[in-house]
Amino acid sequence: MGGLQKKKYERGSATNYITRNKARKKLQLSLADFRRLCILKGIYPHEPKHKKKVNKGSTAPRTFYLLKDIRFLLHEPIVRKFREYKVFVRKLRKAYGKAEWTAVERLRDNKPGYKLDHIIKERYPTFIDALRDIDDALSMCFLFSTFARTGKCHVQTITLCRRLTVEWMNYVVTSRSLRKVFISIKGIYYQAEVLGQLITWLVPYQFAHDHPTDVDYRVMATFTEMYTTLFGFINFRLYQTLNLVYPPKLDSKAESELKAEHEEDYAMDSESYLEKLSALSASLARVVATAEEEEENQLDQFPADGEDLENMEAREKEQKEQEAQNRLFEGLKFFLNREVPRESLAFILRCFGAEVSWDKSLCIGGTYNVTDETITHQIVDRPDIDKQYINRYYIQPQWVFDSVNAKMRLPVEDYFLGVTLPPHLSPFVEEKDGDYVPPEKLKLMALQRGEKHVQEEEEDDDDDDDDEEYNDEVDDEDLTEEKNLKKMEDQRSQGKTLAVKVTPGKVKPWETGSVGNKVRLEKEEKAEEKRLAIMMMKKKEKYLYDKIMFGKKRTTREANKLAAKRKAHEDTSKAEKKQKKAKKQ
Amino acid sequence: MRTVNLESQKNGTMSKAKEKSAKKRVVEEDDDQLPIFDKDVTEKKAGEEDDADLSDSEESVFSGLEDSESDSHDEEEDAEEGDDEEDDDDAVILDEILTKSSGVETATEPPATDKNTPTDIRNTVGNIPMEWYQDYPHIGYNLDGKKIFKPIRNKDELDEFLDKMENPDYWRTVHDKTTASDIRLSDEQVDLVHRLQKGQFGDVNFNEYEPSVDFFTNEVMIHPVTNRPQDKRSFIPSLIEKEKVSKLVHAIKMGWIKPRKPKETTPQYYDLWAKEDPNAILGRHKMHVPAPKMRLPGHEESYNPPPEYLLTEEERMAWEQQDAEDRKLPFLPQKHSCLRAVPAFSRFIHERFERCLDLYLCPRQRKMRVNVNPEDLIPKLPKPKDLQPFPTTMSLVYIGHSSLVRSISASPTGQWLVSGSDDCTVRFWEVNTGRCMKTLEVGGAVKSVAWNPNPAVCLVAVCFESTVLLLNPGLGDRLVVSSTDQLITSYEPPEEDKEQAVTWALSEGPEHDNGHRLTLTHPKAVKQVVWHGKGDYLASVMPDNSSNLQVLIHQVSKRRTQNPFRKNKGLVQCVSFHPLRPYFFVATQRYVRVYNLIKQELTKKLMTNCKWISSMAIHPGGDNLICGSYDCRLAWFDLDLSTKPYKMLRHHKKALRGVAYHKHYPLFASGADDGSVIICHGMVYNDLLQNPLIVPVKVLKGHQITHDLGVLDVTFHPTQPWVFSSGADATIRLFT
Repeated sequence: MGGLQKKKYERGSATNYITRNKARKKLQLSLADFRRLCILKGIYPHEPKHKKKVNKGSTAPRTFYLLKDIRFLLHEPIVRKFREYKVFVRKLRKAYGKAEWTAVERLRDNKPGYKLDHIIKERYPTFIDALRDIDDALSMCFLFSTFARTGKCHVQTITLCRRLTVEWMNYVVTSRSLRKVFISIKGIYYQAEVLGQLITWLVPYQFAHDHPTDVDYRVMATFTEMYTTLFGFINFRLYQTLNLVYPPKLDSKAESELKAEHEEDYAMDSESYLEKLSALSASLARVVATAEEEEENQLDQFPADGEDLENMEAREKEQKEQEAQNRLFEGLKFFLNREVPRESLAFILRCFGAEVSWDKSLCIGGTYNVTDETITHQIVDRPDIDKQYINRYYIQPQWVFDSVNAKMRLPVEDYFLGVTLPPHLSPFVEEKDGDYVPPEKLKLMALQRGEKHVQEEEEDDDDDDDDEEYNDEVDDEDLTEEKNLKKMEDQRSQGKTLAVKVTPGKVKPWETGSVGNKVRLEKEEKAEEKRLAIMMMKKKEKYLYDKIMFGKKRTTREANKLAAKRKAHEDTSKAEKKQKKAKKQ
Repeated sequence: MRTVNLESQKNGTMSKAKEKSAKKRVVEEDDDQLPIFDKDVTEKKAGEEDDADLSDSEESVFSGLEDSESDSHDEEEDAEEGDDEEDDDDAVILDEILTKSSGVETATEPPATDKNTPTDIRNTVGNIPMEWYQDYPHIGYNLDGKKIFKPIRNKDELDEFLDKMENPDYWRTVHDKTTASDIRLSDEQVDLVHRLQKGQFGDVNFNEYEPSVDFFTNEVMIHPVTNRPQDKRSFIPSLIEKEKVSKLVHAIKMGWIKPRKPKETTPQYYDLWAKEDPNAILGRHKMHVPAPKMRLPGHEESYNPPPEYLLTEEERMAWEQQDAEDRKLPFLPQKHSCLRAVPAFSRFIHERFERCLDLYLCPRQRKMRVNVNPEDLIPKLPKPKDLQPFPTTMSLVYIGHSSLVRSISASPTGQWLVSGSDDCTVRFWEVNTGRCMKTLEVGGAVKSVAWNPNPAVCLVAVCFESTVLLLNPGLGDRLVVSSTDQLITSYEPPEEDKEQAVTWALSEGPEHDNGHRLTLTHPKAVKQVVWHGKGDYLASVMPDNSSNLQVLIHQVSKRRTQNPFRKNKGLVQCVSFHPLRPYFFVATQRYVRVYNLIKQELTKKLMTNCKWISSMAIHPGGDNLICGSYDCRLAWFDLDLSTKPYKMLRHHKKALRGVAYHKHYPLFASGADDGSVIICHGMVYNDLLQNPLIVPVKVLKGHQITHDLGVLDVTFHPTQPWVFSSGADATIRLFT
């Protein structure tokens, strides 16, 4: 044969991967620096296809990086900055130790810093790439902006995060791109559609965090460093697309209004400006003064046929719906009570074209008072309120969220003060067939389709004295409920009598051996055929088939379980109501 | 001494170390100046020098650091004094001593030294190896530049020895290489050497334990150390400084010096993607696996979820007891009556952090997810409807046995059925009516029955315990019955009687009336009997692991028995004759061996891949074979194709007990302990290129499972597509 003997692990996949420790040694970096570099450059480990081959025959758990990635890191100018920083820290420590304060000051002044611009550009060569990856950046910045300005991380980072998030919210308000909102137990989810990308982010509730000890804040800070840079550039670009001034400036008109009132409350101009921006109550200044409302760009009509035409129509329809949703709250005037989360509600309402205001002592930027007669809705989150105006609805905040998700103004009756709220459903769930769909969702879908209050109307017909006054609404509901109950009971009793009675044998059509029988037989035959065919499956395919069927069965089982739970719950609640009624009487 | 003065002016708060070094410096300076101040060696100077030396040594005691320095200094000094040095330490010490002594001597008794050498006989060659002067008459030059000559006669070893013996001062005589002279050490010098050897100070009078006076303490003194008045210049502004300041002021005025710019803390943003260059998209980006987005929340995460999403008490307990990784939901769904009541989520930062970790630590891999429609996986088989006829419904149950029915067999005409049961009876049934025509008691649980396949002979072989009984049931055509009897009686024993393994006995009397014709008494318990297709030969199986006498082949017409096998190849389960050719199939626990009876050799060994074969049947064509096994499998062999199964069917849930082929129709049946009989369509084509088509067509159920046993035997009707099955529930069922 001849030739050199081939050595193991010197070619093939073993040479394409490198372990973390080796990579670190190659780059001559400490573990912390390596981690930082990986985070900034977006280098992640890869799972080799044949782990044992790559691991040189060992099965020890190791993380592998692509060798190409590590080679790519070798040329990164930021690595030098890391080293400079290390030297700086050493010098500073020395100066401190020697109590040479001038030296400390000098060193401090010349602290080496680095910029991440080139890395952002390199990681996201196009703007859309960057936009696609902004979900995590948004969530992170929103989290950091809620941190207290003590300990944990630099104040500059927090203020920067706050600034960027405010800019983002202002952009979303101006571009009206919010689509879905969801109040979860973790925080509030928002979903916006920006330049065709669906962007989801989570904002925690405005409470002080109790900082966990088992979290490495350095890692988070490194991520935030990267994210803020990315986020800033994205904001700039987004503002540019809307012809807005960046950094954002309030409309000159709005600014003058605000200035007169609140100037004396804030020590620093910059501080108050950020506050004003974050109030979200005023529109932003544009680079080119345009008309108040830009005419909506109409979808051009193209001569098309067949499928294209259908697509086109669908798109047109979608766009119309979109526009309708964007004008959801237009013309409405909201007032936020002080106990509702101001920022999120103001953000959502403004996104859909409503006017919002709040108490002056709550935040800067409130434009009108509670006493304003033109207010249509007041959002209140307390069981009762003393002084009520007759010409406005007092509703709970969930109405806003549900309406946005339903893309229509929901009936306000379910959301009045003190009323038990209907469940708040996640707008992100898209049920496939076989999945469990909660009845509220079905009702909502019916509403959206335009079948308004089908059941309720029926019941209303039954109800002779149906007042539209809201104070009586609760009682009405009770009444209707009672009716329902009665109906159900009747049905049940009927069923019972049916079961007991011996009726003259009513021969069902499929038992007579006519059409039905055939159908049933055919069905059975088919089922048996299938069973026999399954018997003849190959072992491998059988395994796969069984697995798929198992998964399907599990989903149906879960759905059934949920349905059963719902049923049990309704039964108990009905029984309770009945008892209450009995007690009353 | 100016320097000393200067030093003494120094601040009292000086640290001790500094103090010491300062002192040292003073001394050094002192020494340096010595030669400058007084060139000539005088008595006084010598004394001072001594002092200096002393201070030096004191230094070395205080600070080990300066040791070497002081040494070298000494050397310098020595050189100046005219003495020479050696590299060795001892020599150095000695030199020192010498110089000192010489100094002392010069101090005390100059004339004595003068006696030996006229004046100063210092060698001026310096610190060089004296070997260089080996070949010269002189060894160097004195101060005047005159040669110093070597002594005329060198001492040889003998002289040395004599000197050592005779000279009482020999021990204190030292040879000076530089001057090539012997020097006798004085008493003081010897003392000095002793002291130095002991590590004491050279000076006798020096007290090393003097009480220390803390001159510069750490306490700040109120009064200055000196009362020297302050200089005038310390009051008036410095001119140089003034000049410098004025220069700076001028520069600032002119705008040459600018104040330091405050550092830009807020980052500057610009349009980073102003020029989107498609070439900038590296290959890396194509390889890039983007991180999956966070999962979107479902209904259960809502602050006010529908009631069915809340956990019940048990579910909550289970959730709490689970490990954090095993939980299906990472949080507990909660219901809050209003938005006001929603608390902060305690694990928010954790979750964010975990996401961060996932982003930079999780290995990423593209996974191809194939969306398979499960319906596509089901093989497309011909419809059973198109493969008719086959038995579909249970139409008759033959009831009469009181224990499990081990074996059944149908008559070649298809009119009768014989069954053998554990209740020690053999029953004959009429197939069409289900009537039990005859019941015969035999002397043991019947293991196997077999109807003679020859339609011209009416014989049934029954085996129980160690006996094989040939019965003439007397059913059917009388001519056939009588001819059968005739056949048996017409036997003529041969001339020479051969010793046989089996005794053949003709039944007579009441037994004959019952139908018994021949009794074959075997040496061991018989498990199975099988007829050859022609109906003359009969094989019986006596399973025994330890002997070669397991299978016997009997010829009824000649009443002959032979044992075909010489060797034991394992426990024989069942045997069978080839329907057309002279082949004989023997199934042991795992293999089926095919023997050629004429050539008397093994032709094939079939690997069944089963653990334990229970039954076997051969296709009437003779090219295919099925094996049922106790591990729920049915193996279909194509004998032309391979010795491995062509198809392995795992239709039954439990052990297979019986398998059968139909004589004419392409059907085969298998009965198992799960109480079901599965009918398969097994079409064998005459064309050798076409593989057999095997399709399960019907699952027949009817037998009850008793004692974990279901169907024990299956047989097809010889002409109709009907199947009989006997079960552990003491019934025989007919499926048509």
